[in-house]
Amino acid sequence: MDYSFTLLIVLLPLAGFVLLGLFHDRLKPMVAGTLGTLNLLVITLFSYYTAFHYFTQGNSESGYTAIKAFNLLWLSFTESLQIQLGILLDPLSVMMLVVITTVSLMVHIYSLGYMKGEKGFQRYYAFLSLFTFSMLGLVVATNIFQMYIFWELVGVSSYLLIGFYYERPSAVAASKKAFIVTRFADLGFLLGILLLSFYTNTFDFTTLTSMDGVAISSPPAALFLGMSVTTWAMLLIFMGGAGKSAMFPLHIWLPDAMEGPTPVSALIHAATMVVAGVYLVARLFPVYALSSPDSLEVIAYVGSFTSLFAAIIACTQLDIKRVLAFSTLSQIGYMMVALGVSGYGGEEGLGYMAALFHLFTHAFFKALLFLGAGSVIHAVHSNLMTDMGGLRKFMPITHITFLIACLTIAGIPPLSGFFSKDEILVAAYEHNKIIFVVQWLVAGITAFYMFRLYFNIFWNRTPHFHHTPHESPALMTFPLIFLAIASVLAGFVPFHALVTSDGKAFHTELHWMIAIPSVLIAVVGIGVAAWFYLKQNILPEKVTHGVKGMYTLVYHKFYIDELYLFLTHKVIFNFISRPVAWFDRHIVDGTMNLIGDTTVYGSNLIKKMQSGHMQWYIWFFTSGVLLLAFLLLYLN
Amino acid sequence: MNLQAEIPLHYMIVLSTLLFFIGLVGVLIRRNLITMLMGIELMLNAVNINFVAFNHYLYPHRFEGHFFALIVMAIAAAEAAIAIALIINIYRKFSTVNVDDVDELKY
Repeated sequence: MDYSFTLLIVLLPLAGFVLLGLFHDRLKPMVAGTLGTLNLLVITLFSYYTAFHYFTQGNSESGYTAIKAFNLLWLSFTESLQIQLGILLDPLSVMMLVVITTVSLMVHIYSLGYMKGEKGFQRYYAFLSLFTFSMLGLVVATNIFQMYIFWELVGVSSYLLIGFYYERPSAVAASKKAFIVTRFADLGFLLGILLLSFYTNTFDFTTLTSMDGVAISSPPAALFLGMSVTTWAMLLIFMGGAGKSAMFPLHIWLPDAMEGPTPVSALIHAATMVVAGVYLVARLFPVYALSSPDSLEVIAYVGSFTSLFAAIIACTQLDIKRVLAFSTLSQIGYMMVALGVSGYGGEEGLGYMAALFHLFTHAFFKALLFLGAGSVIHAVHSNLMTDMGGLRKFMPITHITFLIACLTIAGIPPLSGFFSKDEILVAAYEHNKIIFVVQWLVAGITAFYMFRLYFNIFWNRTPHFHHTPHESPALMTFPLIFLAIASVLAGFVPFHALVTSDGKAFHTELHWMIAIPSVLIAVVGIGVAAWFYLKQNILPEKVTHGVKGMYTLVYHKFYIDELYLFLTHKVIFNFISRPVAWFDRHIVDGTMNLIGDTTVYGSNLIKKMQSGHMQWYIWFFTSGVLLLAFLLLYLN
Repeated sequence: MNLQAEIPLHYMIVLSTLLFFIGLVGVLIRRNLITMLMGIELMLNAVNINFVAFNHYLYPHRFEGHFFALIVMAIAAAEAAIAIALIINIYRKFSTVNVDDVDELKY
């Protein structure tokens, strides 16, 4: 089958961005929004069609094969080292197409209601199109360089959308922070790309990950600081992924990114962009697993630590979007863990499959959580859970869908989160018991903080509202219902037959030995949350008072931001930037000024020769001629 | 009368040299622009004498020197026309033809 129409999946959002961006004020807000949404609807249908055909017809004896639907040579350095722009279709990218377009479409529809009447509505839709374009381009990239280009584009659109309310200083600061932190991580990514392509002489994913490619069959053995060059390259590439996926210690931008409009948080900072790091590792997974298992270990530990760390912080935050942001960190940590503990091929690749499975289900339930939170914020006009409570009576649809999402993330069967989390825990159990225990605990903490959020919003005491909250309009509740259904059903997608590390299906089943304890701890978490927060009581205050020091530490996110500020302002600014600035101002500028001043001084000395007295000129001229004549005649 | 027999070449050269340096000194020491122009004309004519003399004494059957002298005269006429026009304009602007007073074009 000819897949060249998939080019439209990437180009239509770009066309939408150009159109909405150029005409933005000349279009009526609702016209712009409808255009953007319809455009995305077409793209979504295209990608469903692609997915349907690929998964039903792409299967062969040796599993799913990668298809290059489109390829354009852009830069050619050598015969093999070429940068191409193309579309790669394999189970991974096709699955991502479905996730991105679905969530993006839901966010487009939801924003029609949520952003109604906002200043810059058209601009908002233009940016959403730009983001969708970059994200789709990223997942279909055929080579690592094309991915890098779209990677940066994704960063830019994230920056633009976080700073959407640019009149608010906090939004501006947050967008700058997000951009600088991810940019810093991308520096590592770029170095990794250069290192890897220098040794393997290719950018192409298919060549990089093929079994007889240089990267896997004969990975460069050169050592640098006691680690092989491959490990360095893969770790540097992971640094880029960790920046985008907000892994510790590059996580500091994500909570602040909640300054953007809530649907944007749902789309970019929960469902799609932040999983780009997971996608990156999955894309290069054969290289990680077969040439550099050490870096996979690092990924597993980073992921595990981040998921625990973020889950603990999430228990103390009061801003509901921040709770969700830390929960996102924690869940991405899960995915990283799953990749980190995975092997390559067949059942060994369980972790790989689990990571992408969790990515898939997480996209739906986390988008749902954010959109539900947006609906609540829309009704209450506040982000703080202290201003909420008892909302179940006012917002039934939001309440039910939010509850479904909370149950899903807590891992209650038969909702999708249960299945994907179970696979991850099994993979972790088989590989590393310590990580398994940590992830199991995190599952409990997750259930606790999600239900703390849920009870605080929808139960507990009913505060005095300035005006009675009401259910959101249908444009906002439809995406909630759709995503709730998706969250329920996504767990039944037979992922082990579709998206696996080597493209071949393998057999897997529920492991009751793992599933029962993980459901138990989730129920305990929910129970504790209910005990604390279902009815208004003084228990939470008593507990926080009991561990006051700890609580303050966690509430301030372990003072990581303050540490970064100290490092940058006090250490880097004073001990690196200032000397460099001094050197620039005095040594570099000084040299240039010296040359300039010498010229000025010299010309001042000799300018008197231009006296304007013509006869003097004739004198000089004649004397010169005579002198030359003399020299030529007598000294020759 | 045989000119070559009675007046040798170096007479001519001495004459033209004298004439040239008279002209040069005139250009260098006189302050009046008109007089300086006359000095230049003297120098050109000294060159003309050289052309004609060398042509006559060394290559009697050829005419390049004669023609060159004619060209120099024509150019001298053109140059005089331009120079006098310049001098008139200088006089109109500065009310003087003294070269020392015309030193606007300096650093």
